[in-house]
Amino acid sequence: MQNDKYRTNPHMRRRMNAECRTMTDERMAWFANGRGALSITMRVWLALTAFCILNSAFAFAQTAVRAKTLYTMSGPPIQDGIVIMRDGKIVAVGPAATTPIPAGARVLEAAVATPGLIDAHSTVGLSGILNYAHDRDQIEHSEAIQPELRAIDAYNCREKLIEFVRSFGVTTIHTGHAPGELISGQTMIVKTVGDNVAEVTLVESAAIACTLGPAAQRGGGAPGTRGKMMAMLREQFIKAQEYVKKQDAAEADKKPDRNLRLEALGRALRGEIPLMVTAYRAQDIISALRLANEFNIKLWLDGAAEAYMVIDEIKAAGVPVILHPSMMRASGDAENMSFETAAKLRKSGITVVLQSGYEDYVPKARVILFEAAIAAANGLTFDEALRAITIDSARLLGVDKRVGSLEAGKDGDIALFDGDPFEYTTHCIGVAINGQIVSETKR
Amino acid sequence: MRVYLMKFRRNARSGRAALWAAVLSFAVCASAANADETIAFIGARLIRVDSPELPTGVLIVRDGRILAVGAAADTNVPPDARRIDVTGKVIMPGIVDTHNHIGGIGGGDQSKPLHPDVRIYDSLNPRDAGFRRAVAGGLTTLNIMPGSGHLLSGQTVYVKLRPAHTIEEMAVRNADGLIAGGIKMANGTNSRGGAPFPGTRAKSAALVREMFIRAVEYQSKVTAAGDDASKKPDRDLGLEALGEVLSGKRVVHHHTHRADDIVTVLRLSKEFGFRVVLHHVSEAWMVADEIAAAGARCSVILVDSPGGKLEASQLSYETAAILDRAGVNVAFHTDDWITDSRLFLRMAALGVRGGLPREKALRALTLSGAEMLDLQDRVGSLTVGKDADFVVLDGDPLSVYSKVLETWVEGRRVFDRNDPQDRLYGVGGYGAGFDTVPYMCCHGDGE
Repeated sequence: MQNDKYRTNPHMRRRMNAECRTMTDERMAWFANGRGALSITMRVWLALTAFCILNSAFAFAQTAVRAKTLYTMSGPPIQDGIVIMRDGKIVAVGPAATTPIPAGARVLEAAVATPGLIDAHSTVGLSGILNYAHDRDQIEHSEAIQPELRAIDAYNCREKLIEFVRSFGVTTIHTGHAPGELISGQTMIVKTVGDNVAEVTLVESAAIACTLGPAAQRGGGAPGTRGKMMAMLREQFIKAQEYVKKQDAAEADKKPDRNLRLEALGRALRGEIPLMVTAYRAQDIISALRLANEFNIKLWLDGAAEAYMVIDEIKAAGVPVILHPSMMRASGDAENMSFETAAKLRKSGITVVLQSGYEDYVPKARVILFEAAIAAANGLTFDEALRAITIDSARLLGVDKRVGSLEAGKDGDIALFDGDPFEYTTHCIGVAINGQIVSETKR
Repeated sequence: MRVYLMKFRRNARSGRAALWAAVLSFAVCASAANADETIAFIGARLIRVDSPELPTGVLIVRDGRILAVGAAADTNVPPDARRIDVTGKVIMPGIVDTHNHIGGIGGGDQSKPLHPDVRIYDSLNPRDAGFRRAVAGGLTTLNIMPGSGHLLSGQTVYVKLRPAHTIEEMAVRNADGLIAGGIKMANGTNSRGGAPFPGTRAKSAALVREMFIRAVEYQSKVTAAGDDASKKPDRDLGLEALGEVLSGKRVVHHHTHRADDIVTVLRLSKEFGFRVVLHHVSEAWMVADEIAAAGARCSVILVDSPGGKLEASQLSYETAAILDRAGVNVAFHTDDWITDSRLFLRMAALGVRGGLPREKALRALTLSGAEMLDLQDRVGSLTVGKDADFVVLDGDPLSVYSKVLETWVEGRRVFDRNDPQDRLYGVGGYGAGFDTVPYMCCHGDGE
């Protein structure tokens, strides 16, 4: 039990290793002092050292996964494949015949193994399971435009829904401020593990979340219409342009006072961070393209239920789509959503990845594995659907050096299944993040 | 019929001609075309639900009913039957949804927490796109319920998704000719609010008890009056409906999540003797034995994650399995729009993921639901004499990769995945969100 605790709890592991390091330093000092006889203190110390070494061995023991079918996403599936993880990273991937499992490694077996799944857009960690005021941090309604709000300042590592989605193989999420205001805040990319946000964050500020359409309407205030939304956005970006110009001024005394809001928008203008625009209707999608074109902003289209109506325009703009959950409710602005949109976009050459999105009622969170399954049953091939929640998402989010495929050198994030991962009746039977087993619940 | 219409449209030169086509289609739809045609579906795997699956079967329908069902090897096909080869396909009974909110429902309003007088069918729009999505998911019988937020939000209606232009044409009729339905109640946090709504659970129960006591008194007066009209109490629509609840004619469909709320429903059910189906039941896994002992039935909803509200925070994929093991009769429901009717098969499959045996999951989608609506003699299984309500699939119903190809209600096809308009509603796309006129007009009228 104790060892399990160390293995699965990075905080405990870190503290333990720090203690071990301290003792190693003491030992060096002892040898340097040339003392001979073993005092009682030293005997205790030696026993503790032995304990630390043993525990280190457990904590950092190699973990191997053996799967009848191993989807690496960096090549064709491997039959009877092996993944070996050490010190948080993948050190070897290959067929069992040519990939020996090191002696002493813990071996997990499964019918199918995939890279840890990546949810390209979620609000989990900000929108909590109870949906009460105290755990509703995904949206701030005090103003229509607040790009200065950072997800990392709101993300709750201990949120139960994080553990829930993780148990289905989700290891990385792009999460943060939800649709519901014209600019609701920033997003982040985070591993679904740990109790210290700084340790598990891959990208602190990933995108600025923007909403077009009725979801961004403010009752009795601005914006109340689509036209006003665009006017307000353009006005803010023009201010940000002027701000950036002053920031770039050579003379120090001409630099503007710091302005968190314009700084955030400035980063979008400089191309350092994309603007993620949630838009469902075709005309809102076109508005997003128009805005991005005017200000030369890197754009991620989000939601995009009617994207199939404006495929040529999206393609010409070279913009990727983070498509709405496959099982999004066909109502409101998404009343014309289609199960086949992912397949249609992909066939036309548009980069499309999948998301669990934001849910304001029940279910409080969607599971990206299930959304991909519906896409796989409606025109995407198995490989395309799996790519959309692993390597393709990692590339879009700019974290593919760390996650998204099973390759030596990448993080030890892996999901194990007892059958076709997309089948309703299959279970996720194990999940590892950073080489550590974080879930063995059969889901 | 459809061929004729297409020819007619090809010849049509003006809007007036198109209008005439539409009028004609209405006229033909209203009549029971091909009522006496015998159709034999030959070669499919038959999931009968009330008896073992047949790997290669024959299903014969006539006059809107199932005429015969059996193994292909020993079932005679009448010589006059139209033969449809369904080799390699799977046929299961039409799906019964015990709790659905499509049709633009409008039940009780915010004036008070108890509305036994309100009938949901007075508010339904048969052209609602939701009905088209429902048949695309293989649904054929629905319990359409008023919405949430009340202790009692109104009378529900049982409908068959047969071609219809009015809700009357869809409604299921009792033996007395009246429209069939239950009554929708709720407790827990759902029905709480500012006055006159209850602020606590105890107040909720007190209001419900008081309502039923009034109903019992009313029924006593009606009974005491006998045939003497002068002694009868003034008519009271709400108390009349509650009389049907007390007599067992009208089943209580009760929204309830938390374990203690479930037990409260059982307590009230015992006190007043009403028949109850417990709906949603997120925490039923905690009190499965108590539910079984009370003989209550459960209609479970399984959504992808727990939470969204406190009372659903303990939702489990294993609820249906645990209830089944305790001996409780279990069905599922879509609660559409909470879950999409087109994905209802998925819920049963997730129940299997949570440990429910496969055959119980299929029963939960069909016969168990029929039992909860008192319609088990008419729908819910592929049984001779029952309504010819069935679904044709291209694979196992519990696989994500399987598609509903056709849905039939009372011997008429109401969904055909090969029909572009049906496919639009089944898959989605531009226009899928728009209501439709006419609704399910011409299917099964003789292709």
